[in-house]
Amino acid sequence: MTLAAAALALGLALGQHPPEATPSRPDAEAAAHAGTHEAHEAAAHENAGEAGHGEHHSLPEVMMHHVSNGTELELPGICGGSFEWNCRIDLREKTGGWVLNLGGVKIDMTPTKHLVMLWVAAAVLTLLLIFVSSRRAIVPSGLYNFFEMLVQFVRDIAVANIGKNDADRFVPYLASAFFFILFANLLGLLPFMATATANISVTVAFALFTFFVTQYAAIKAQGVGGYLKHLTGGVPPSLAWLWPIMIPVEFMGLFTKPFALTVRLFANMVAGHFVILALLGLIFTISVFVAPVSVALALAIFLLELFVAFVQAYIFTMLSALFIGAGLVHHDEHHDEEHGHAAEGDAPHASHVAGKVPGHG
Amino acid sequence: MNALSLGYLAAGLGAGMAVIGVGLGIGRLAAAAMEGSARQPTAANDIRTSMIIAAALIEGATLFAIVVCLLLAISK
Repeated sequence: MTLAAAALALGLALGQHPPEATPSRPDAEAAAHAGTHEAHEAAAHENAGEAGHGEHHSLPEVMMHHVSNGTELELPGICGGSFEWNCRIDLREKTGGWVLNLGGVKIDMTPTKHLVMLWVAAAVLTLLLIFVSSRRAIVPSGLYNFFEMLVQFVRDIAVANIGKNDADRFVPYLASAFFFILFANLLGLLPFMATATANISVTVAFALFTFFVTQYAAIKAQGVGGYLKHLTGGVPPSLAWLWPIMIPVEFMGLFTKPFALTVRLFANMVAGHFVILALLGLIFTISVFVAPVSVALALAIFLLELFVAFVQAYIFTMLSALFIGAGLVHHDEHHDEEHGHAAEGDAPHASHVAGKVPGHG
Repeated sequence: MNALSLGYLAAGLGAGMAVIGVGLGIGRLAAAAMEGSARQPTAANDIRTSMIIAAALIEGATLFAIVVCLLLAISK
């Protein structure tokens, strides 16, 4: 509700361009399913998908336009003198184009649609948490109780994967990742909003955060020497001729896990939207009479997407905790084996390294 | 039969094969979960949680293939 109001306020306040498709045909679907995400998408489709209107012609183009990033926001509001469902707000015009000058290199940092969505998600999350935590009590109730339950849930993930004594150091990062990804995913399901996590740059950024936290945790626990030693993959110095093979492979192995995190989150979010858009697009490509079936199927996929939004946030957090824990556990085992035998201590090393590295899928 | 058409064909075939893989994989997973829950109803909740996690990971692997298919399908 507040987001819809915020969207309207944004549209009204910033001043917009009227959409290029001037006739706004009344939508049978929009009237029947007023207020649903699909109806607004169908309305935008109609305005955008008509041959000869605007710049969208084919269904793949419309789908790509909805899912990918751009410097235009499309929100309902009053522009061109009347109420339109998709007034365009050109961010490049509104902000004048933000450019970052690094010496001679100019980087274009103009806000884009997905960036604005990330800001909205962060703002909603911050405001919600400030409001919730201002009513602290010994016995929590209401929304505070719900959020405490969620944070406890994240802490359980951390304790299960990292271990009781180290978990509390990483719960802030894991909770931030969980809530931010969750809110960014859910924001994409609201009308007129876009999924920021359907942008591979955003998911790469999340995976990079996990990567840095994991390496920091490993270096802090094992020292830089121990960390580099583990890059040899447990091969003892007596077999040092294997190191030119082991070290590059292990080094690349450091990057496959964040890569898997990236692609998993990105592909899950994009796939859901693509399927919904394709199903609704069938109404336009086949005939208007498939609309009941199409909208029903799109609704089912929408509910699945809602579920996937939660599951993907949970999976990201759990795998991050797992990777952090895997980096830390070497320290404890190493410590025990150092006090034991000297030469053969590395053979069990190899097996536990192999056993501890989780699957990349 | 130029490269672009072959690319589109490959995208369609690839998506179909990816779905076969994930269908079989998650189907086996669900079957094992059902059987485990039937044998031990008290463990049903834990089994359900593990099942959802495993399903998300299997689906993640499939979506790697789907991303490749999408890259082929939207190429010009």
